[in-house]
Amino acid sequence: MFLIPNAVVRFFHRMASPPHFYAFTDKVMPWLMIIFVLLTGFGLYGGLYLAPSDYQQGDSYRIIYIHVPSAWMSLFIYMVMAISGAIGLVWRIKLAEIVAISSAPIGASFTFIALFTGSLWGKPMWGTWWVWDARLTSELILLFLYLGVIGLYGAIDDKRVASKAVAILALVGVVNIPIIHYSVEWWNTLHQGPTVTKMDKPSIHISMLIPLLLMALSFKFYYLIALIQRIRIELLKRERNAQWVKAKVVEQH
Amino acid sequence: MALFYAFIAIIRRDLLLAVRRRSEIANPLLFFILVITLFPLGIGAQPHLLQAIAPGIIWVSALLAAMLSLDSLFRSDFDDGSLEQILLSPYPASILVLAKIIAHWLVTGLPLLIVAPLLAVFLGMPTQSLGVLLLTLLLGTPVLSLIGAIGVALTVGLRRGGMILSLLVLPLYVPVLIFAGNAVEMAGSGLPVDAQINILISILCLSLVLAPWPTAAALKMSVN
Repeated sequence: MFLIPNAVVRFFHRMASPPHFYAFTDKVMPWLMIIFVLLTGFGLYGGLYLAPSDYQQGDSYRIIYIHVPSAWMSLFIYMVMAISGAIGLVWRIKLAEIVAISSAPIGASFTFIALFTGSLWGKPMWGTWWVWDARLTSELILLFLYLGVIGLYGAIDDKRVASKAVAILALVGVVNIPIIHYSVEWWNTLHQGPTVTKMDKPSIHISMLIPLLLMALSFKFYYLIALIQRIRIELLKRERNAQWVKAKVVEQH
Repeated sequence: MALFYAFIAIIRRDLLLAVRRRSEIANPLLFFILVITLFPLGIGAQPHLLQAIAPGIIWVSALLAAMLSLDSLFRSDFDDGSLEQILLSPYPASILVLAKIIAHWLVTGLPLLIVAPLLAVFLGMPTQSLGVLLLTLLLGTPVLSLIGAIGVALTVGLRRGGMILSLLVLPLYVPVLIFAGNAVEMAGSGLPVDAQINILISILCLSLVLAPWPTAAALKMSVN
């Protein structure tokens, strides 16, 4: 624990305890909401209104402000899931296990959104809803990995055991994701059909880039908000016999 | 040295059990042959079409056969309690698990290699790619057993693990399918396949080293 200030360590120790986490997130949530709304507002205003339309794609490129941040989030959340799963496996921290499993549905949704907006974008640009492009295919496989995690968690009745199983699976997935990604990329270059699917990417103009980064940040905050909500529900479910939950229920009535 | 004896003992025991229950060897093999027979019936018997998609058909069928045979890897040991004994033994569980996987591959994976040339001829595959097909199966099917073992270990405690197992395992099979299928296809058109074979070898080495760890961890969790 050297190099890390004591206060930080104490903060994390306290966050690992469910009642503290619950009380702390109660206080933080409104701030997160405000930041998220501001970021999304500025990001969408910049992206949909201020940014110029593309000289080739016209206005249809603007779906980038949803599509690209979702694709980033899909990978980011898988990493969060695997890391918190590993923390849960090693140090047996209940909260880390819950972070891992609560991330899965959010990550799956972002992956789905990335695929869906990608196919919407593909229709006017490439003339088809779906191409077996390397990035599309590995994103699809990522969706299957997420669904596997969710399915495995649902299939095991004892939720503590299920969390461990999910953590192992997520770690195996993390080792495999780069291998899958490169194999798909390699496959794609060899099987490439006659359609030209690879857009040569012009370096993006600054007025388009800033809204994109704002949206990426706003998606991160959205993830944080959704994650905290899910964790709180899961905590109440798992700890329903604990004293602090009972006290909370009495307080509400 | 004692570890080595334990390793050999587990392989011998599993092979002996398989010989006593021959259906375990025959079932995945029959499934493999049946699925490949269904393809010409489903898509029509044009020789050119079949020849073009033969590597894909054979590899996808091998993948499905390997996946369906996975359940027998730990099932009977889990049911009769010998799996707990293996995990309780003083030797590292991951090594003993590796022995079980190797025995399982010898029983279910190796027979696929024997019938694959026959089926390749059924589908009219060019003869020069037969050798490469066998080589990819030799390198690829152990990977399927190793990766599949993780999935089985995670689901062995469940009553209905079958569907969920395919969801866990099939996405992880993608790299093997890509490189093996592609190698056979390239060999058919007379192109060099060194790159694909090398990658398959490295995937095999990687999964030989890495896969037994999560398998052992997942088994401990499932037995609990």
